[in-house]
Amino acid sequence: MAKKSIREESSTASEAARARESRMMGSQGTRDKTLAKIGELGKSVAKSALAESDPFVDVPTRTMSNTTYNETRRLLQMGDATLRRNLFNTGQARKFMQTVLLSKGCKDLLEAKKTLSLRGMYYKSLHTIAGTKEKTFDDQEESDGILEDIEVALATLRENLHLFAKKRGTMVGNITVVDNGDPIDCRRMGTGGYAIPSICEPSVVQFGKCEAKFVLHVEKDTVWSRFNEDRFWEKHNCILTEGSGQPPRGVRRLLYRLNKELGLPVYCLLDCDPWGHYIYSVIKQGSINLAFESERMAIPDAKYLGIRSADFLRCGLSDDVKIALNDRDIERAKQIAEYPWFIKKKHWQKEIQLMVKNGFKMEVESLITKDISYVTEVYVPERMKAKDWID
Amino acid sequence: MEAPNKTASKKTSPRRQGATAEEMSDQQREISVSEFFAKNRHLLGFDNPRKALLTAVKEAVDNALDACEEACILPDIHIELLQRSETRFKVTVRDNGPGIVRKQIENIFGRLLYGSKFHRLKMSRGQQGIGISAAGMYGLMTTGQPVLIISKTHKKKPAVEVLLKMDTSKNRADVVSETEHPEDDGLFQDGHGTQVSIELEGRYQTGRQSVDEYLDQTAIANPHARFTFVTPTNETIEFNRGTNELPPEAKEILPHPRGIELGTLIQMIERTDRSQIGSFLQEEFSRVSSAVAKEICERAGITNRTWVKAIGHKEAEAIYKAIQEVRITAPQTDCLVPIGTKALLSGLLKEVKAEFFTACTRPADVYRGNPFLIEVGLAFGGELPKDELIRVIRFANRVPLLYQQAACASFKAVLETSWKNYGVSQSRGSLPDGPIVVMVHMASVWVPFTSESKEAIADYDEIRKEMKLALQEVGRKLGMYVRRRQRMRNEGERRSIFERYIGEISQATEAITGTPAQRIYDALLRVAQRKTEEADAVLNDEGKRVKDSDPFRKDESVVILAARTPAAPIEDSASDTEEVTQSPSAGTLFGEDESLSKASKGRKKK
Repeated sequence: MAKKSIREESSTASEAARARESRMMGSQGTRDKTLAKIGELGKSVAKSALAESDPFVDVPTRTMSNTTYNETRRLLQMGDATLRRNLFNTGQARKFMQTVLLSKGCKDLLEAKKTLSLRGMYYKSLHTIAGTKEKTFDDQEESDGILEDIEVALATLRENLHLFAKKRGTMVGNITVVDNGDPIDCRRMGTGGYAIPSICEPSVVQFGKCEAKFVLHVEKDTVWSRFNEDRFWEKHNCILTEGSGQPPRGVRRLLYRLNKELGLPVYCLLDCDPWGHYIYSVIKQGSINLAFESERMAIPDAKYLGIRSADFLRCGLSDDVKIALNDRDIERAKQIAEYPWFIKKKHWQKEIQLMVKNGFKMEVESLITKDISYVTEVYVPERMKAKDWID
Repeated sequence: MEAPNKTASKKTSPRRQGATAEEMSDQQREISVSEFFAKNRHLLGFDNPRKALLTAVKEAVDNALDACEEACILPDIHIELLQRSETRFKVTVRDNGPGIVRKQIENIFGRLLYGSKFHRLKMSRGQQGIGISAAGMYGLMTTGQPVLIISKTHKKKPAVEVLLKMDTSKNRADVVSETEHPEDDGLFQDGHGTQVSIELEGRYQTGRQSVDEYLDQTAIANPHARFTFVTPTNETIEFNRGTNELPPEAKEILPHPRGIELGTLIQMIERTDRSQIGSFLQEEFSRVSSAVAKEICERAGITNRTWVKAIGHKEAEAIYKAIQEVRITAPQTDCLVPIGTKALLSGLLKEVKAEFFTACTRPADVYRGNPFLIEVGLAFGGELPKDELIRVIRFANRVPLLYQQAACASFKAVLETSWKNYGVSQSRGSLPDGPIVVMVHMASVWVPFTSESKEAIADYDEIRKEMKLALQEVGRKLGMYVRRRQRMRNEGERRSIFERYIGEISQATEAITGTPAQRIYDALLRVAQRKTEEADAVLNDEGKRVKDSDPFRKDESVVILAARTPAAPIEDSASDTEEVTQSPSAGTLFGEDESLSKASKGRKKK
C-alpha cells in the first residue's frame, strides 16, 4: 500500500516535471519548427559561402517607417520592409557574425531543452575572437538587439527561442493565477506583490478565480506601493499592476490576457510627460520596435486615467511639482502628437498641446503634495466614477 | 656740429679748419678688391666662425667638383677637418681633378675676382672667382697661416707644393715657399689632383647649416661624386656614388641680346675686335643671324656696315632699344645640364630614408636672356619625421644653399604651392607639414644670387613660375601615391575586418548545418580577398576597370620602397603589407643598375 502510493507519487512527480517542462519549453512541435528555421538560416549562409558569394540574413526593419497603424484593428503592424545584413560590408560584418553566433546559441538551447535569460545567452556567446583582442559582444545591449533581430528574421517569438528577459513588473489584486503549476493567490502577496514573469504565455500562466472588475496599471513601483499599502485593490475590487517604466513584454502579455480572456478593462495611471504618453501608446497599440507582437499584446481599449496637464489647476497643485520640459521633451511630444494613432484624437491633441503650452511635466507622485493618500483615496476613485479619462 | 654744443665749442676752441682739396686727395687712393672684401667678409659668407668653416669647405669642394667635371673625371673628393684648438681648424680638401699648372696657382688661390668662370656664360658651380681665394684670405687674417696648395697635373710629373700668402692691398699673393715632390706622391692615387689646406678660425657643429649637412646635400645633387669626410673627432663618413655616369659637359654660350643691359652693351662695343657693327652683333651674341643683325641696325637708324668706332652713346642706346623690339629666337638651352630625373632619384634614395621618391626636370626657360631650368625632387614617408614642417633643400648648379632660406625664390615657390591638393596639410602662409623632403634645383649659365655669398636665388617671376610648375608635377604624383596608400590601408582594414569574423561565422555555421567549418572558412576567405581586390582596381575615364591598377608602374620618375612602408595599424594585416611589397618600380629601376642598388645602402660610417 505504502509502496504503491510512493510509486504513484513519484510517477505524478515526474509527470508534473514533464508537464512543467512542456509548459516552459513549448510543445515538441514548436521546438522542431523553430529549430528548422534556425537550420534554414544556417543553410543559407553555408550555401552562399560555398558558392563564394556574399552571405546575408534578411531582417525585417523595426523602425517607424516600416510600421503601419491598422485603424480597424487599432494596433501597430510591422510592414514587409527588410534590411539585408551582409557579411561583406564593413558596417555589417560584425552584426552578421553576431547574428550567426546567437542563432547557433539558440539552437544549442533548444536542443538542450533549457531556457536562458537574455543575459545568460549574452554570456553563452561571449568570447574573444581568435587571433584578436576583440570580443564577440561589447555589452548585453548589443546581444539583446541581435536576438530581437533573430526573432523577427525567423518570424518566431522570444519564448520559442527559449529566452526570457529579466523579471520586471508586479501584480496584486483579487485574482488567483497558476504559474507553472503553482497556484498563486494575488490577494495575499504582502507588500512585495507577485513578480510578473517574463513569459506569460497560457502554457505557463493560467488564470484561476477572479473577482476583480478592472485592472489599474501604474507606471512604477513607488506608486504601486502606495496603492498596495492603501489596499486599493481590495476596496475597489481590481487588479493592480506596474511595469517599472516602459512595461516589458511579460507585463504587456499579462495585461492583454487579463483584458482579452477575463474581459477586464485596463486603466493606466502614468506620468504627465512624453515618456508616460508613449507607455500608454505601447500598451494600447503596441510598440514600433516590437510591432510584430502587437497582435498578442496591444489593448486598443486601454484608457489613460492620468495624470493630465489640466490636473495642475484642477487639483490645485503647488508650483514645486513642475518639472520644466526640455527641448528633447518638446520634440518628442510633437513626434507623439504626429503618430497616426494620436493625430485624429482631439483629446490627445489637446492634452499634448496643453502640456507643451504649460512648459512643464508632472509625475504621479506630485499628487502626494496634496495628501499622502490623495491619489488612492481621491484622485483615482473620482476619475473612475466620473469616467474622466482619455482614450 | 650739433646745435646745443655750438656756443660751447666757440668759446673753447678756435674756429674749425676745413680740409683742403689737396689734403683730401692725399687720403684718396684705390681700394683693392681684396681690401674691400677683407673688411666686408660677411658678404662672402665669413660672418661668424661656424659659417666661415662651412664656407671654406664649400668653396673648396665646389671648385674641386667643377674641375673634375670639366676634365671628365668622376670626382673623388676627400675632406678633412683637423681641430688645432677650440676655435682653430685646418681644412683640407683633396680632389682627383686635373691639377693646376704651376703658374696659375698664385692667381687662382691668391687673387679675388680671378677665374675662368666670370667672363663666360657656362653652367658651373663657381661663377665669380671669389670663393677659394676669399677663404684663404680669411684664414690668413684669422690665424696668420698661409694657404698650402699641392697640385699634380700628370702621373709622370712631380707634385708641386706651394705656400701662399695673400697681399690684400695688391690683390695678389706672395709665394712663401715652393717644393717639388717626387713623382710617386701617395696623395694622388689617380696621378693627378689638387689639395688645398687652409688654417682658419672656425667652429664645428653638426646639425642644420653644418659641414655635414652641406656634404649630405651635395651628395644628393651630385650622385656621380664620392666624398670621404674626416670629422674633427676623427670619424670617417663616406658618401658613395649613386651612379657612375658623369653628367654631360655643359656648353659655353654667347650672351643672348635680350639678357644684356645697356651698360654692358656699351662695354662690349668698346672692347670688341670687330670693326663693323653687323658682325659685332652676329659674332658676340647668340641667336643673332645676319638678317636679325640687319634688322636691329635698321631700327637703330644705322646699317650693319657702320663702323663700331662710330658708335657713340646715342647709337648704343638706339641699338639697345632695337634689340628689345626685334624678334629674336630664345637662347639655346643645350648649355644647361640638368641633374636628371634618374640621378636625382638615386641621390635622394641614397641620402634620404623615405618610402616614396619622385623627381621632375622641367624644360628650359629664359629669364633676362639667361637660359635656366628647374628640377624638383621629393621624398615622402619612411623614417622622415611626421609631425614637423616639411624640409626644403635648395640647390643652384648642384650647390646646396644653406642660408637665407626665406629670401630664396625656391622657398617662396614651395610656400605658394597648394599642397592641400596633394593630400598634405598646410597652414596659411607657412610650409606644409608632413614627412616630406623637397629639393629644388636651379641650373643656369648665370644663377641670380641675392648676394656674393650665394645663399639665395633672386626672385624672378620666370624662375618662380617654373619652380611652381615643377613642384606641382611632383605634388600630383605625391597626391596619387598618398591616396593610393590610403586606399590600400583602407582595403587592408576592410579585409582584416572580414577575415576577423569569418572564423566565428564558419564555426557557428558548422554547428547549425554540419557543413565543415574549414570549407566555409576557405570559401569565405577567397570571397574576402576578391572583394577587397575589387576595390583596389582603378577605373578609367569611361568607368571601366583598368587592368594595371598601378599608376606608377611605367613611371620612371617615381620610386617606391616597400620595405620602409609601415604596416597598416591593424593586426592580421600581413597580407596587405605583402601587397605593398610587390609594388612597382622598386625593382625595375635598380635591377639593371648595380651601382644604384649599392648606393641605396647609403651613407656608411666606418
